[in-house]
Amino acid sequence: MTLNDQQIERFSRHIILNDVGVEGQEKIIAGKVLIIGAGGLGAPAALYLAAAGVGTIGIVDGDEVDLSNLQRQVIHFTPDIGRAKVVSAKEKMELINPDVKVITYKERVFASNIADIIKDYDFIIDGTDNFPAKFLINDACVLAGKPFSHGGILRFDGQTMTYVPGRACYRCVFQNPPPKNLVPSCAQAGVLGAVAGMLGTIQAAEALKYLIGKGELLTDRLLMFNAFRMEFRTVNFRRNADCPVCGSNPAIKELKDCEQAVCELKQK
Amino acid sequence: MPKIKVNGSPQEIEHSVTVAELLVLNKVEMPDMVSVQLNGEFVKRENFGSTVVKENDEIDFLYFMGGGR
Ligand SMILES: [Zn+2]
Repeated sequence: MTLNDQQIERFSRHIILNDVGVEGQEKIIAGKVLIIGAGGLGAPAALYLAAAGVGTIGIVDGDEVDLSNLQRQVIHFTPDIGRAKVVSAKEKMELINPDVKVITYKERVFASNIADIIKDYDFIIDGTDNFPAKFLINDACVLAGKPFSHGGILRFDGQTMTYVPGRACYRCVFQNPPPKNLVPSCAQAGVLGAVAGMLGTIQAAEALKYLIGKGELLTDRLLMFNAFRMEFRTVNFRRNADCPVCGSNPAIKELKDCEQAVCELKQK
Repeated sequence: MPKIKVNGSPQEIEHSVTVAELLVLNKVEMPDMVSVQLNGEFVKRENFGSTVVKENDEIDFLYFMGGGR
């Protein structure tokens, strides 16, 4: 691949970086990233990845844009209310960068479809809003050997970690989903819109670093921040031998939809 | 009084306590909402009540965070 004059100008602030350069930008353009969820985390991630020149971006979401989304889901605009989120997101990404190939999946991820959706991508971003989906994404990526970025937000807090095969996965830290309704959702507890932006852009940066193969990913560590006190903290850990999916004797060998009732039973 | 580190900050405890007791002391109302790492190893949830935190131990409470939309 050779960058044309337009691309050299468009991506000049990347190319001028010693750790990116023409070679790194070419890797970004050849890259394929899947974003699961076109919401608070997926919206900023999608905008930055399209702007960065990621060649193929998949976006998965079964919902339509709602008025209450616009406080943080910055890829959707007021006239998009009622439209499919994946269509709204695709349009904005193509407006930012007409060279990006956007593939839309207007559906939710389940055990039955996720392996097929993720298989063609280099890196996956979890921008979902519930534990069954977060654990399913982890299990699917571990079993398929795909790197992914976990992200979670609530109120003024955010957390993120990056999985690459061989390193600690989300279940190494959080074994099984918590009991239903114990952990409030953003809909119940609220979230500062900018917190979603902070976390989603961290996830986008991780995807870009993975594609260019430079820098230190958030592997074997969890980055947590609280925007109310504006404090950031990283906790290091190792792969957990007792991990239910990547441990030495894993109980999870195939994908299952984690109905919350099933998760609760497992906890007891 | 034993000195320990909780979430990176020094803390003094009156005597040796279990993980479950330390969660209460730190006002973690719902232990099901956290994963606990003690000196680099994750503590199984069923062992929160039997695992003792001692002088110089480092413990981290990692909260489940499920939001994203
Ligand atoms: Zn694991």
